Amino acid sequence: MDEIREALTKTSAATKKDRFGRILSMSALALIIFVVISIFWFVASKGLATFFTNKVNFWDFLTGSKWAPGQLDKAGHPYVGAAPMIVGSFLVTLISALIATPFAIGTAVFMTEISPKRGAKILQPVTELLVGIPSVVYGFIGLTVVVPVMRQLFGGSGFGILAGSFVLFVMILPTVTSMTVDTLRAVPKHYRESALALGATRWQMIYKVILRSATPGILTAIVFGMARAFGEALAVQMVVGNAALMPHNLTSPAATLTSVLTQGIGNTVMGSLENNALWSLALILLLMSLVFNLVIRAIGKKGAM
Amino acid sequence: MKQKWLWGTVAVAAVAAITYAYLNHDGQKSVNINAVGSTALQPMIEAAGEEYQRETPGVFVNVQGGGSGTGLAQVQSGAVDLGNADMFAEEKAGIKAKQLVDHWVAVVGISPIVNKQAGIKNLTSQQLNAIFTKQVTNWQQVGGKNLPIVLVNRVAGSGTRATFERYGLNGSTSADGQEQDSSGTARSIVASTPGAISYVAFSYLDDDVVTVPTLNDVKPLNANVISGAYPIWSYEHVYTKGKPSADVQKFLDYLQSNKIQKTVVPRLGYISIHDMQVQRNVAGQISKVK
Repeated sequence: MDEIREALTKTSAATKKDRFGRILSMSALALIIFVVISIFWFVASKGLATFFTNKVNFWDFLTGSKWAPGQLDKAGHPYVGAAPMIVGSFLVTLISALIATPFAIGTAVFMTEISPKRGAKILQPVTELLVGIPSVVYGFIGLTVVVPVMRQLFGGSGFGILAGSFVLFVMILPTVTSMTVDTLRAVPKHYRESALALGATRWQMIYKVILRSATPGILTAIVFGMARAFGEALAVQMVVGNAALMPHNLTSPAATLTSVLTQGIGNTVMGSLENNALWSLALILLLMSLVFNLVIRAIGKKGAM
Repeated sequence: MKQKWLWGTVAVAAVAAITYAYLNHDGQKSVNINAVGSTALQPMIEAAGEEYQRETPGVFVNVQGGGSGTGLAQVQSGAVDLGNADMFAEEKAGIKAKQLVDHWVAVVGISPIVNKQAGIKNLTSQQLNAIFTKQVTNWQQVGGKNLPIVLVNRVAGSGTRATFERYGLNGSTSADGQEQDSSGTARSIVASTPGAISYVAFSYLDDDVVTVPTLNDVKPLNANVISGAYPIWSYEHVYTKGKPSADVQKFLDYLQSNKIQKTVVPRLGYISIHDMQVQRNVAGQISKVK
């Protein structure tokens, strides 16, 4: 009797495995949470030092338009105006998303509604191929092809927000396209059947039913693409011109948060004002990616109803 | 069963690799020399380091880029043995230069480069200053063609820019304009942008793609830097924190030895410190080498 009781009350092998699995995944989760918190803490402590240690006025930082942290103005304050970079970053992001969206939706509709077979065979691998190309290659193509074309078309040096947007448009296109394809594929089949049964043409079915019901997903895809564009550094840095000046048109040299950050960080001394000011830019980038994430979640929630 | 066997092998291999690495680390008593800093100096330290490793087994020289500022900051904090920089530590804000010991390992000349369409053969110091402070905005005003001038600066804080502003522009700060952080990109931008002007180290000069103007009728040549006729040049510094350890001192001696100075240094486009007939101090004063 005792043997049976013992066997019944003992933890079974399956339970042990279960516990082991739970511990494993919990510790992985804990590690990730720890990493995220420490990144936030690190960037915030460095980035806020500009305002607390170096006593830079926060408002001046956001709205000032001259960026030269090594120099002092007449009143003895350093030139740390981040506005040109903030404007530059937002402009390249918005314009690239604006150009990419119609292309991405068009490709996705072709791949899912018009010619699913050819789409799966040819377009799918082609768009996925674009993801694998290193950004320095995009930057170099931008430098040797896009910039001269911009110069021919609009004059000036060719470096600027437009060239940056063009390079970014190609870079975010696969992300937006593949996510749009996923949403379009997720639209239930009976939506299509009902629309066609009611006498809608194929175009009406695509435009009025499928794209409508997939709108939240498509928006998520676009915001995702924008988040990527906002954080991209290397390729943009090569074509945007990197002049920390307020952009007065789309083809004059400008700068983005990432381009100033990547170029400057190696030439500053840890703990100095120049270095802290760059960390403040990094903090803005981090907060912006947080905002993008929240927007994506909000859209997803709205789409779920 | 097959899977278990596979996982077992992986686990055994991992344990073996870690054990091997640990034992190796313990047994070899190897010397690691870590160098960080200036990307302009990186190729030379790498090449010299490789030869040094071959000649003295058990010594490993690890070289990383990151920029002059990083090099100086890291060596000051004691994180690395050698901090490479294109500038005197005194010139960098936030660095306590008194704690650092300076070792010169090479000299590098810097020259303006101009887009071919500008039609420029020579620039005077005054013209160069006027161009980079935007008092002059068209090549016509300095004897070139009717073409607007496009400034391509290096990143603020870079050693090349600091040297160029100090000795090429006589201390003036360059006006706002485009910035690029690598010599290669700066050169390709000047080559492809009509009216562009920038500046690069001598090793990046290429007559085929850009115009290399003479400065006050002096050609940017190593020989002219050596004799003191050409003003825009800087030392390549390797800094140590305080007096270096014996192992590090040996490597520094090796960098300054005839062997390296006669082979690696000229091959990579630097000028040997042994050849210099003039020397310069932190304040920028030039004197003859005895």
